[in-house]
Amino acid sequence: MSHPDSASNNVSLDLPTESASARPSHWRLLLRDRKAQLGLLVLGTFILAALLAPWVSPYDPNSMEFDMLEPPSWQHWLGTDDLGRDLLSRIIHGTRISLFVGITTVAIALFFGVLLGVWAGYFGGWLDTIIMRYIDLQWAFPNFLIAVYLVAIFGTGLSNVIVAISLAFLDDFARIARGMVLSVKEEQYIAAIRTVGASNWRIMWRHILPNISAPIIVQATVSVSYAILGEATLSFLGLGVEVDTPTWGLILSEGRSFISRAWWLGIFPGLAIMLTVLSINFLGDALRDALDVRETKTL
Amino acid sequence: MTRFLLKRLLGGLLVMWAVATLVFFMLRIVPGDPLAAMLFDVDPAMADVLRHKYGLDQSMFVQYIKWFGNILQGDFGTSIYGSRIPVSQVLLEALPRTLSLAALSFTVALLIAIPAGIISALKKDSTWDHSVTIVAFLGLSMPDFWLGILLIIVFAATLKWLPAIGYVPISEGFWPWLEHLILPAIAAGTAFSAIIARMIRSSMLEVLNTDYMRVAQAKGLHQRTLILVHAFPNALIPVVTVMGIAFALLMSQTVVIENVFAIKGLGRVLIQGILNRDYPIVQGAILVVSAIFVSANLLVDLLYTVIDPRIRYDS
Repeated sequence: MSHPDSASNNVSLDLPTESASARPSHWRLLLRDRKAQLGLLVLGTFILAALLAPWVSPYDPNSMEFDMLEPPSWQHWLGTDDLGRDLLSRIIHGTRISLFVGITTVAIALFFGVLLGVWAGYFGGWLDTIIMRYIDLQWAFPNFLIAVYLVAIFGTGLSNVIVAISLAFLDDFARIARGMVLSVKEEQYIAAIRTVGASNWRIMWRHILPNISAPIIVQATVSVSYAILGEATLSFLGLGVEVDTPTWGLILSEGRSFISRAWWLGIFPGLAIMLTVLSINFLGDALRDALDVRETKTL
Repeated sequence: MTRFLLKRLLGGLLVMWAVATLVFFMLRIVPGDPLAAMLFDVDPAMADVLRHKYGLDQSMFVQYIKWFGNILQGDFGTSIYGSRIPVSQVLLEALPRTLSLAALSFTVALLIAIPAGIISALKKDSTWDHSVTIVAFLGLSMPDFWLGILLIIVFAATLKWLPAIGYVPISEGFWPWLEHLILPAIAAGTAFSAIIARMIRSSMLEVLNTDYMRVAQAKGLHQRTLILVHAFPNALIPVVTVMGIAFALLMSQTVVIENVFAIKGLGRVLIQGILNRDYPIVQGAILVVSAIFVSANLLVDLLYTVIDPRIRYDS
């Protein structure tokens, strides 16, 4: 029967000589990967910074008590901005919004996307046709462009940005889930469970979902990095969160006019974005290897 | 062949119709009447007159039909923010800027990607190969607008080699035009080139391993002929497929990059429109950006048949 780890069961079914226990667990495989270690280390640091922001940041991110445009020094490791605010403190607080938006949007997109995809793939029929027509339409456009379109419709601000990014990423999950369901649902073990009299609901969530989770997990990881990039870009364009919240994109946008005199305003916030995205991409790459997943959409 | 292209063309038009319709209805369903901004501060009697003038007292469906008819005639309405110029005029001025930027970014990306991809395939697992991989990874993780800022810091603010912002039409001279677009094109093209280089690499590796390559090698062909005439064209086929996806990236990148370098192209028009809540502009910009996008994908399909004569699409 099926259990959450049955991705490896499938492998052992194909290769009867190899016992399931001969293959190390996914976690082991993942943690052995150099890229995963590096990714987890960097990402872990950023997560800690986000959680402990009020305690680890040296100053209040919005306090304007310092000299303006001061270059990096012992007092201000990353310098100060045009309003005399400490850049390091602002970047540390910016971590919160970035990670929060990245994780929530992908969680929402994953939940509804998988729901729609599994439903459409399992039941088929006219509902499937309608759902997939829309998903295909959205799929035809890059996620970021969809996010901009949606912000254009819903308006700017944090909650609208979250809705826009979530919707923009929904199609990726729906497509993967539907495709996987279509291939899994004809498997013999599903037919077997059905003859035992399991309900559709039970078959979908207890037996199909665990078997299609690997590519979805990989996609989710990759999507978080793109969602973070998307939020930063929207903030940079002025479409993101309100002005009094420091976010990486906004800090870069505010510092843009001063970069010829104050390079640090142009360098450090971008570095924070890149390191976060890079670490998640490393993790995603390692996960893909560990879970043996081939295709994901990365745009 | 013609039938396939006709089918794709129809599909593209259908996508455009769906985008137009969705945008029209969503802008009107979402709270905050698109014209409330325009009627703000107008006394109620005057507001009614205006509503009548713009047909807002009619049913949404009638409005939709009228709006759609106007668009088909190239009339996108007038901007409601500041000077009330026709949206089509704004878009027409912006279009060549976006196309210039996209074309140049595309060129820059291919100039980087093709040699990088070929060399890293030929020298698999060498230092060069690894550095291409690392740079590609960095390029994909780097926000494009940040790369734009870095380029401005280095090449405009510090070295003063190139202008930091702005756009000069090509009619005022080739060099002034090019000079303003070099940095934006690099900023927009880098991630694109990273994807293409990786793709060329893996596709080349596959081709180099085929029997016909071994035959060609056994014939004693010159290395350059071998690579450029026999391997590369065959390696291009899967690359062209990805080109469509990569172009998607490029298009959304120009939207951002135009804002970094203050180039008043479609992307900047779109973002400014959103910030000003200038709905006619937003609608028009979304439609034109989408149209460019859809036609680029059509072009990729066409290119596909040219590169691989085996593909006929007739079946």
